[in-house]
Amino acid sequence: MTALATRIRRIGLPRLAVHLSVLLIVIIWLIPTLGILVTSVRDRDQITTSGWWTAFSSSVQTSAARLGDPSEQRQEGAAYVIAGNVFEEGAAGTVRAFGVRVQEPAAFEAGEAAEIGDGETLTVNEDGSYVHASTAPFEGSRGQRVYLSVASAPEFTLENYERVIAAEGLGQSFINSLTVTIPATIIPILIAAFAAYALSWMQFPGRALILATIIGLIVVPLQMSLIPLLRLYNEISILFGVPSKTYAGIWLAHTAFGMPLAIYLLRNYIAGLPKEIIESARVDGASDFEIFMKIVLPLSFPALASFAIFQFLWVWNDLLIAIVFLGTGRDQLVLTGSLNALLGSRGGNWEILTASAFITIIIPLLVFFGLQRYLVRGLLAGSVKGG
Amino acid sequence: MASQIISAVGVMVVGVFACALYYWLSDKILQVVLPTPSGDVQLASRNLNRRAVIRPWLFLGPALLLLGVYLVYPVVATVILSFYGRSGDVFVGLANYRWAISDAGFRQSIFNNFLWLLVVPAACTFLGLVIAVLTDRIWWGNIAKSLVFMPMAISFVGASVIWKFIYEYRGAGETQIGLLNAIVTFFGGDPQVWIALPFWNNFFLMAILIWIQTGFAMVILSAALRGIPEETIEAAVIDGASGWQIFWKIMVPQIWSTIAVVWTTITILVLKVFDIVLTMTNGQWDTMVLANLMFDWMFRGGGDSGRSAVIALVIMAAVTPIMVWNIRQANRESEGH
Repeated sequence: MTALATRIRRIGLPRLAVHLSVLLIVIIWLIPTLGILVTSVRDRDQITTSGWWTAFSSSVQTSAARLGDPSEQRQEGAAYVIAGNVFEEGAAGTVRAFGVRVQEPAAFEAGEAAEIGDGETLTVNEDGSYVHASTAPFEGSRGQRVYLSVASAPEFTLENYERVIAAEGLGQSFINSLTVTIPATIIPILIAAFAAYALSWMQFPGRALILATIIGLIVVPLQMSLIPLLRLYNEISILFGVPSKTYAGIWLAHTAFGMPLAIYLLRNYIAGLPKEIIESARVDGASDFEIFMKIVLPLSFPALASFAIFQFLWVWNDLLIAIVFLGTGRDQLVLTGSLNALLGSRGGNWEILTASAFITIIIPLLVFFGLQRYLVRGLLAGSVKGG
Repeated sequence: MASQIISAVGVMVVGVFACALYYWLSDKILQVVLPTPSGDVQLASRNLNRRAVIRPWLFLGPALLLLGVYLVYPVVATVILSFYGRSGDVFVGLANYRWAISDAGFRQSIFNNFLWLLVVPAACTFLGLVIAVLTDRIWWGNIAKSLVFMPMAISFVGASVIWKFIYEYRGAGETQIGLLNAIVTFFGGDPQVWIALPFWNNFFLMAILIWIQTGFAMVILSAALRGIPEETIEAAVIDGASGWQIFWKIMVPQIWSTIAVVWTTITILVLKVFDIVLTMTNGQWDTMVLANLMFDWMFRGGGDSGRSAVIALVIMAAVTPIMVWNIRQANRESEGH
């Protein structure tokens, strides 16, 4: 018996604790993203009146309405009555409570016959229909003001997305982002693969020095490059009469900034390819160009894919290079730039911000979940030495 | 919309094609200029040798050109610019450096960067290690890992929006729609404007980077943990070591070099942190860091290239030790081959 108890203590409880703590961690890690996903499909009025975690239960809002004016009164026996519905046509909801003073907007339960003074009684039902009765005729030109606690059913809508894609220009930015990202992913792979091959399988003076320099350049902060490059771009634009902020300009910038890591990763892989294959191709008279195109490139596919994913995510998610090397006009603003601009101009409009943010992150997330295997492999190749 | 897509595709195809054309064409030209006629064996072998000398540079050429223009030249130019005035044409000696030392904003940024360096790499590595150890022993560990790793794919700007929503503040008494303030008020506390609380707001910004980078640390460390020989752990178990002891005295020492790699990688990232501060506070409320201060000076009042060059050099100086260490490490490895 004691042996069993010891066993549970040694295996069962800790195991349960492990499961629970991992679950807790996963929940903490997921909640932020879940928050904007849920918010982005909520109705904009509900976003501002209740937290997104209440989105699936109905939300209660306090609103004001005015009952029918005295001209609508009817006499029923000894009483004068105004009846109608507090909801405007088309509006829906459930009245939970009501009141006639702003200090106590929920003084009475829905359906309750409330004494509101001067011999008047008021009943507001859940469906919004009301009966306002008085022993004396109603006078004046305006109806009684009432305050209502209205529960509205959870409402989900794609309106926010429609709005940001069209009116806020996110659709255009999406295309701009693709225009920046696709060439800025393919071009560096091509250039880096050729360089990596040269650095692994060709003999030439200065090879070790070049490789060391490239490894050193991996960590050079972008900030170092910005001022001289901005000046260079401006000079070129004046010299040749071309705009200084072009797609070609940003492709080259991204290509160059991704180059050191690309060469390093690809060289590690290409240098590890079996020597016999390349030697025997050489003996058969294949030139280095042919060996590269027909043997090395196909064999390096996993490494190329890994780097492609890195570069894609890095370029798609970049903000700094985009705001320095691209214009802020609609035809050049990328998604991250748009989102940053919206944070300034639409600071409190969470329906716009959350929908925009989700549009910005959806492609990277799809890439991530679809190609995670390659991503992990690339990370390991780059970071775990000898791995 | 359709015409935009078509022109975008067109521009892309031309860009990629031009690049591919270079390699193909340069190789063809090489073959034409240095022919290997079958009749003249001597000329053929001489030209083959010449080709072998030239070809590496054709392969390397575009890469070296890009690296030269976009990384090497700017490093030199930035150093030179740091001795010049705001528009880069008047020599001012060390004035920009003297300005930096005495400037309160610069000191604030250094201090904040230091805080980031102290907290973020440590937190990411520690959390990453803990999560790696925990997920390695449960059957759904890979799913859990994948979900913790996910923020890695999200842009810093996107992550900033996500977290800004969590830190959202409404006046006391109103319904809090930000998760953090909702939790605080639920437990009876007062809602706070988290990102405007001097000093502490730095930590709220750091949380974003930790959220993004922990997955990276976890993936790498998890792979390293799997590489630990089973026998060492079994031996420790037989000797009666507790789980805690096994973790600290057997596992951690064996993956020490990987921990160092993770730590330095995140350190470099932290030194360059820009997007998060830009989108969350733009450096207000004492959250400025070097990268943002540098960006600020690049454009503030028409731009001051001298001062921003000095700030860039400070960031560069901070990563230099890591750079040297990286090169040494790589050299040692290639010698080992």
